[in-house]
Amino acid sequence: MATEALGSTRNVATAIAAEIMSWNLSLKVGSAIMMAIALIGIFAPWIAPYDPFAQDFEAVLVPPELNHLFGTDNLGRDIFSRVIYGARVDLTIGVITTYVPMTYGVVLGAFCGYIGGKFDMIVMRILDVAMAFPFLVLIIVILAILGPGVQNIYISVFLVAWTMYARLARAEMLVERGKDYVLAAQVLGYPRSRIVFRHALPNVMNSSIVFSMSDFVLNILLVSGLSFLGLGIQPPIPEWGSMIAEGKEFMLQAWWVCTLPGLAIVITGTALSLIGDGLAKRLGERHHTLV
Amino acid sequence: MVDRSHSASASLLEVEDLRVEFVSSRGTLVANRNISFSVAAGETLGIVGESGSGKSVLCRAILRLLPSPPAQQTAKRIAFLGRDLMQLSERQMQEVRGQDIGMVFQNPMTSLNPVWTVGDQISEGLRIHKGLGHSEARRAAVRLLRQVGIPSPEIRVDDYPYRWSGGMIQRAVIAMAMAGSPKLLLADEPTTALDVTIQDQILSLLMELQRATHMSLVLVSHDMGVIAETSDRLMVLYAGQIVEIGRTREIFENPAHPYTEGLLRSIPNVGDKERQLTPIRGQPPDLARLEDGCPFAPRCRHVSADCWTADLQLAEVGDGHMTACLHPERIRLSKTLVDVEQ
Repeated sequence: MATEALGSTRNVATAIAAEIMSWNLSLKVGSAIMMAIALIGIFAPWIAPYDPFAQDFEAVLVPPELNHLFGTDNLGRDIFSRVIYGARVDLTIGVITTYVPMTYGVVLGAFCGYIGGKFDMIVMRILDVAMAFPFLVLIIVILAILGPGVQNIYISVFLVAWTMYARLARAEMLVERGKDYVLAAQVLGYPRSRIVFRHALPNVMNSSIVFSMSDFVLNILLVSGLSFLGLGIQPPIPEWGSMIAEGKEFMLQAWWVCTLPGLAIVITGTALSLIGDGLAKRLGERHHTLV
Repeated sequence: MVDRSHSASASLLEVEDLRVEFVSSRGTLVANRNISFSVAAGETLGIVGESGSGKSVLCRAILRLLPSPPAQQTAKRIAFLGRDLMQLSERQMQEVRGQDIGMVFQNPMTSLNPVWTVGDQISEGLRIHKGLGHSEARRAAVRLLRQVGIPSPEIRVDDYPYRWSGGMIQRAVIAMAMAGSPKLLLADEPTTALDVTIQDQILSLLMELQRATHMSLVLVSHDMGVIAETSDRLMVLYAGQIVEIGRTREIFENPAHPYTEGLLRSIPNVGDKERQLTPIRGQPPDLARLEDGCPFAPRCRHVSADCWTADLQLAEVGDGHMTACLHPERIRLSKTLVDVEQ
């Protein structure tokens, strides 16, 4: 029994290794960078040399040096530590703003495509309305009404961000619906929800997964942008966008205050784009480039 | 109109006056009309007809699988084991589909879901309809795969469909349909997408399974050769209507409809290099613009004035042999003439 379990663990490990070996270069590089960023975020308390909130007025706007790798900001906080803690904040926001809307967007789109008829028409009209508003303006309006903060960012993104996924999933479902395996499932007398969820859904998700990588980057940029405008994450929480916003006044004297958090955003964005690119190639899907 | 002569009590499926319409912007297209036939227990019914003659629509209509809209399906009744399928709720229908009637499709390459293993797909029905546990269902899948002739099924059961060839997948699809031990299997052109040697294997597999389980088989094909080898009775569809139905041997020897006659004349014979094939001239009619009279009249060699106006009914010409032709005697006559020439 024990050896059996050991054997199966080893099998799984070999299977995973083989899977990773078969990835293309951009997928490997992108995943490695993202993995590193995620680990840095998870182990931030052990990696960061300073408390991200600790102010040291003896060392204000110190340029990058050995004690402060990324220098310090106008309140004497260590920017390296803040960027490391920022990975936590930004990745969490990115994951939630991307994958929550993706979940219900894909399910809704898949159902629309499968069922068609009145249900499809109603959902698609709602979708058209949601899409017709300029995204950024809508979010700024919602935040202006509800007030800035992470929760309100979530609410406003959830209202709008599902539309693209619903469109993608619906379009693919229209193709899958006509395939014989869906008909076979009907012939075998499976309930409709089972056919949509278990049979067709895994086949309509490819383009949504690829798109979610670009969307992830856009969402991080969006939150950073909102924070930069003062509508997003409020100081002193170390979020990359709000750090850039705080540093913009000292851009000419102390370039490092806004440049280095910006670099973190760029690296994350690059890694996600690489993953998206690699996935698109691997899943043999049409290329969705947005970033 | 149903052929009751030898199926009064033994018939498994009885379709009476089935009509299927598709409402489109071009108008109403009648894909099936006046369809009445029966399938006896353990019997093989062959259905032939060219593309667009309503063969596949008929199969789907029996299972009530046509999406509505655009399809509209009416029938006096579709009796299966004494129950009228037209009266069943969607939920009851799902039980019939999973257990009593199975179906095999034309294109094996899209019949299996690419993201599931073959074994999972075969055993899924057993898990849903019979409540089997995972390991039990897996054993059943292995058994079914062995039954349809897949070598080393214990290993292949965990394969994904992309690793399998078309013939193997068609076997798996048959296994999937057989999992619920159906009493009736609808095979919608099961061999059309396969090459000739595999065709033969799949057909003999179906025949073998039928003998082993005593199920009835409805075999749809546009290949007269396939039908001749396999079916007990034959139903010929043209423009969505039955034009001739009867025992296969009887129809092959004495076709009583010019369309059937035309189909038989267009079968190439390998041994006989002298004989010219006689194609059926013209095109099948547009089902959205079908006029009164016999739909085959424009292409018929024996057409006469009354063919253009008469209301067509199936009429008996022999024991259980019915034709929609008004003048079946002319075909007999022309056949004799050909025989005399030869």
